[in-house]
Amino acid sequence: MEIPYTVDARPDTGLTNPKLGIWLFLASEVMLFGSLFSSYVLLRSGAEFWPVQRDILNVPLATLNTIILISSSVTMVLSWAALKMHNLAHFKRYMGLTFLCGLGFMVVKSFEYASKFQHVPPLLPSSSNFIGIYFLLTGLHGLHVLGGMVVNGFLWGPGSRMFDTEPEKFTNRVEVAGLYWHFVDLVWIFLFPILYLL
Amino acid sequence: MEHASSVGHPAAAHGAPHVHEHVEPGFLRKWVFSVDHKVIGLQYTMTSLVFLLLGFTLMMIMRWQLAYPGQPIPLIGKWLGVANAPGGIMLPEFYNQLGAMHGTIMVFLGVVPLAVGGFGNYVVPLQIGAPDMAFPRLNMASYWFYFVGGMIMLASFLAPGGAANSGWTSYTPLSDIATPGQTWWLFGMLMLIFSSLLGAVNFITTIVQLRAPGLTWFRLPFFVWAQFVTSFLLLLAFPALQAAAMLQGMDRLAGTSFFLPSGLVVSGVVKQVAGGGNPLLWQHLFWFLAHPEVYVLILPAMGIVAEVIANNTRKPLWGYRLMVYSIIFLGFMSFVVWAHHMFLTGMGTGINAFFQTTTMIISIPSVIILSSLFLSLYGASIRFTTPMLFALAFLPMFGIGGLTGLPLGLSAADIPLHDTYYVIGHFHYVVAPGTIFGLFAGIYYWYPKVTGRMMNEVLGRIHFFGSFVAINFVFMPMFIQGLHGVNRRLYDGGMQYAHAKDVLYLNTVMSMGAWTLGLFQLFFIVNFFWSLRAGKKAESNAWHATTLDWAATSSPPIAHGNFDTIPHVYRSAYDYSVPGAKADFLPQNAAERA
Repeated sequence: MEIPYTVDARPDTGLTNPKLGIWLFLASEVMLFGSLFSSYVLLRSGAEFWPVQRDILNVPLATLNTIILISSSVTMVLSWAALKMHNLAHFKRYMGLTFLCGLGFMVVKSFEYASKFQHVPPLLPSSSNFIGIYFLLTGLHGLHVLGGMVVNGFLWGPGSRMFDTEPEKFTNRVEVAGLYWHFVDLVWIFLFPILYLL
Repeated sequence: MEHASSVGHPAAAHGAPHVHEHVEPGFLRKWVFSVDHKVIGLQYTMTSLVFLLLGFTLMMIMRWQLAYPGQPIPLIGKWLGVANAPGGIMLPEFYNQLGAMHGTIMVFLGVVPLAVGGFGNYVVPLQIGAPDMAFPRLNMASYWFYFVGGMIMLASFLAPGGAANSGWTSYTPLSDIATPGQTWWLFGMLMLIFSSLLGAVNFITTIVQLRAPGLTWFRLPFFVWAQFVTSFLLLLAFPALQAAAMLQGMDRLAGTSFFLPSGLVVSGVVKQVAGGGNPLLWQHLFWFLAHPEVYVLILPAMGIVAEVIANNTRKPLWGYRLMVYSIIFLGFMSFVVWAHHMFLTGMGTGINAFFQTTTMIISIPSVIILSSLFLSLYGASIRFTTPMLFALAFLPMFGIGGLTGLPLGLSAADIPLHDTYYVIGHFHYVVAPGTIFGLFAGIYYWYPKVTGRMMNEVLGRIHFFGSFVAINFVFMPMFIQGLHGVNRRLYDGGMQYAHAKDVLYLNTVMSMGAWTLGLFQLFFIVNFFWSLRAGKKAESNAWHATTLDWAATSSPPIAHGNFDTIPHVYRSAYDYSVPGAKADFLPQNAAERA
């Protein structure tokens, strides 16, 4: 027996299973990042000494990354909209751009990380709690970006074959992946001011 | 078993016009990497029962050391290894490992996986008339993350210095500087949290989306409500421990000092770290998880007890709606009481006052649920089946556990009681004769559904009465010791303390109680396996119940899809003894009016 509402919305809830599932997952993610943000606040407010963050971190690079990630959210929406209009070629273009933006973000991030390790003296997690939580928060966020890239890459490549057989299911998949991607974007929009600007 | 059972269903009689490309899955797919919620439920059940036995065994070993400190452990002493128990005499370090792992195993690998992963997985889709969970492959992944997490926990005993030994709460800074077993504990915990995240997403989606037509929210069996609220707690509370485990992992592996204050002295030497950390941050994050976790432990058991009581009193639950509102309120409140575990950390009286107020408030819905269950008994002609005996015992036992918690929730009374055996007695009454009795009720109740055979009533009664008496000998004396000020986590049971002298004799009583309790579990184990082959054959609806799990499926249910046709629901979950009805129960899927 087929499991109902995998593709069509249940009339009284107005949701498909994957859509509800991803929202619940994101709620859990909010609590995860929320706990870490709270820890950051407590550590900082309780510390005798806290460095001036923008002197240590590279604000221009992070600004660039913010622009890259916000752009990728736009292209993600455009890729979904293209599918809604049954245009696979446009979907491929925009999803490809989304993937490249994710890649660009990670490349910029790796330069940032490398500059911390090459700093004299090296800025390691053990150097101070600020550097420690910087690495933890951005590292966890980076893992989320990486996970999103894997999904996006799959949907762009082999996964897109599903469009020929089950276009609606595929469009839903892209929407769900998009919700996740926007969340990852949103986390960065919190991380950027908290770690770099404040 | 899955084909024979569909005989008699109308859909099978039609000659099945739809071609069912039914390929029998191979052994691995069917029993190991299964995506069927019933098999996964059984995997969870069996694994967690083994872990429960293991966690209990650790405690039975510890109880020897508490009753007869410094004497060689009989029978198994020489197998524990020279590093743990030279000459069979337990070392304090090993006692600490057993204590930490007893708590961890019981809570995270035993009770929660059994209550949610086992019962929830097996029963919820059947009770709501769903063909399976909403995400079967996530369900499988959830079990395997749990399994791997459990194996990491077990393997940690082989780490240098043994398993985690900083208590199940893993308080910092002690756990930050503990032996490598603690790192294994953190990795195991990350796996378990991920497992419960996948499970929680799955349960909520299933309950919201896959309810059968006509099964409105207030027609849901109370057990489903309990699982629903539990899943939200798992979904939203566990990430706090995930964050905490990451922070502690960084402390241990990357040399950060999130939980290490400046100038921390370890064994007379100032620890060389950047410092500036906050050890209390761990406690906040931990209890932000672990207090909702307490409700994760108790709510599914309440759900089971409600099912069993309604079924065996042959009456609707008293105040069903009130119970539902209470359990939702309880779920919300459980997120704002966590710091009542931390009254003695110097948070300040203002914060203490806030958390003691919320703690008093959260006791109200618990009392409402318990009172409703008690009132459900009033005027009933009770069937004293084995599941009912366990459900009945749950009520006063959970009552004792809950009421003894009130003094701990008041910050003034908590000062002398904190960290004593009183606390141990309190939460064990909630979890052991409370939750675990509820889970036993569930096993005896749904066993005929799963296997098609009844469990033996005589063995069941011996198991019940023996356990009931013995378990009170284990936990009741703890209140007395605690009121005398005997601290928990003392590996010699308090021998070195003058104030403990008067109550030291109770250590032997409790240990005898624990071993007797262990002895009576043999009746359960024998019954469990013996009934598989030799138990009396059960009819489909063995207990004449109203809910869909019994009323709309065969016993055992068909393998894939659960139902030949999705049942339609016409009435509330507990239409027992409806005046004028032909039988004393009206199944939820029965269309006829009373």
